[in-house]
Amino acid sequence: MKKSIVLVALLSLMTLGNKVSAQSISGAGATFPEPFYNAAFASYERAAHAKVTYGGIGSGGGIRSLKDKIVDFGASDAFLTNQELREMPAPIVHIPTCSGAVVVAYNLPGVKQIKLTPTVLASIFLGQIRNWNHPALRKLNPGVRFPNKEITVVHRSDGSGTTNMFTDYLTKVNKVWHSKVGAGKTVNWPVGVGAKGNPGVAGAIHQTQGSIGYIGSEYAFAQREPSALIQNKAGKFIKATVASTSAAGKGKIPADTRVMLTNSSAPTAYPIAGFTWLIIYKDQAYNNRSFAQAQATLKLIDWMVSRNAQALAVKTNYAPLPAGVAARAKAILRTVTYKGKRILK
Amino acid sequence: MNSDKILKRVLFFSSLVIVLIAAAMVFSLFEGSLPSISKFGWRFLISDQWDPTQGSENYGALLFIVGTILTSVLALVIAIPLAFCTSLFVAEYFRGTKLASIVGTLVDLLAGIPSIIYGLWGFYILCPLVVEAGLSPQGFGVFTSALILAIMIVPYATSLSNTTIAMVPNDLKEAAYALGATRLEVIRTVILPNARSGMTASYILAFGRAIGETLAVTMLIGNENAIPHGLFSTGNTMASVIANQFGEASGLQLSALIELALLLFVITTIINAIGKYIIKKIG
Repeated sequence: MKKSIVLVALLSLMTLGNKVSAQSISGAGATFPEPFYNAAFASYERAAHAKVTYGGIGSGGGIRSLKDKIVDFGASDAFLTNQELREMPAPIVHIPTCSGAVVVAYNLPGVKQIKLTPTVLASIFLGQIRNWNHPALRKLNPGVRFPNKEITVVHRSDGSGTTNMFTDYLTKVNKVWHSKVGAGKTVNWPVGVGAKGNPGVAGAIHQTQGSIGYIGSEYAFAQREPSALIQNKAGKFIKATVASTSAAGKGKIPADTRVMLTNSSAPTAYPIAGFTWLIIYKDQAYNNRSFAQAQATLKLIDWMVSRNAQALAVKTNYAPLPAGVAARAKAILRTVTYKGKRILK
Repeated sequence: MNSDKILKRVLFFSSLVIVLIAAAMVFSLFEGSLPSISKFGWRFLISDQWDPTQGSENYGALLFIVGTILTSVLALVIAIPLAFCTSLFVAEYFRGTKLASIVGTLVDLLAGIPSIIYGLWGFYILCPLVVEAGLSPQGFGVFTSALILAIMIVPYATSLSNTTIAMVPNDLKEAAYALGATRLEVIRTVILPNARSGMTASYILAFGRAIGETLAVTMLIGNENAIPHGLFSTGNTMASVIANQFGEASGLQLSALIELALLLFVITTIINAIGKYIIKKIG
């Protein structure tokens, strides 16, 4: 008897809850921006009385979920290639939400700061420079006393947008890398050991003297990992910060925002940076979705590129969109339709 | 309908569900690996290339098969003496004593520890030890993984062994002692021949467990997609590469990973079959 009373009470509570929250929006995808998304969605839920659920299942999973039409939006660290766009059942649009960077961390006791040029960085990850005592490193860093120690390269073992960004950069700046390895979420690494996730790579670096590896900025900034200065396209050695990451988006970008920001020509830009995107169908009337559902989805994403949400990005160690890109995102959102009719005014 | 009939139906349907699930698994694994099978054919088994780069995609399972077999066999080689001695200790020498029950319980406890904890322990304790010993510059690799695997599978290798050793009839042992046999001779001539099949079975069980272990190995093997060239070199295993790359894989890569899973399934089935055969043969 008691049990059934509790049950009835619970059930009525649940239905009450449903009536209060107007719309429930679901998305899935990239793990890289997850801390930002969690903070932003929580804040949005409080302000707009909507329920947002997000599953950090990886960019590939996010694209698959949108393809299967089981979510309202997907999230991906890599924009969809032309081939992937063709494979989607209907046209989709990309909305950039913030940018992040990949930092190069190392473990050299007694060495405070090192500088790396694109060529030297690529040579290390290609296994051409195998010792910290290499002349190229010494020439680049006068005053730094490098130990005579073998370099241990640490890379990600799992597929990740971080790897995609890092290898995309190396592909752009180094011909040998371009022909021998290439870019992707997982690549065929010439040297090094693989570790799972940012914490795995960071842990392996911490533990191994003479190691060097790359870590996503969202993790590196939060953990205050020391990182190397990288020479950008303008020839300046740039430290990875929220500001220098954001600066990478200040150059020219294509209308659909599908661009890798790596090796940006902006003079203050950190060169290994990139956007992360939310992806939605260009026409929201699919799978018997209601207009209200489509509108709620669009409002949420529109809010994500607003100033309030972008402030949350900075708080969670991501770089905000430059004003021009945020405006572009808003313009793209206003091309999204429901049965041919525009949704956002 | 009487309760006996109901019970019979419930039992029938539950067993049927299990069989159906297993069949569905094999079917979906097979279906998922079709693109990879049709693209690579037998080459998948003998190629040691694993290149997911767009444009030059090429997948082969050999390096993972070698990595898996190498770590598991090595783990078994390390685990068998440990397990063998522990079994004799618990089930024969100190049988029935408090000490034996403490040791037995502790060994069983090892089986209950989540593999992430083995992985972390290996990462923070074992790797630095391997580095300090000067065996490898970073401590990751086949040897470290095999060592952790060995510790993880000892409980599996002892559990059944203990039971079978304890089940050797006392009359036989006493008869041997009466003939003047020493303890070592009793073990050699009475206990081993009688308990052999059960012990072999438990080692095969342990081997199967080592082959499928994922998390701890992923943390320790170094995840380098190349055939290991030595005990202290890095490598990769089938379970580990699936766990690593599945989340972000699509297209042909996804299919190749599913084919790896199918292979793992087949290999495990073969090992189990061999185990059953051995038990039948000598049991």
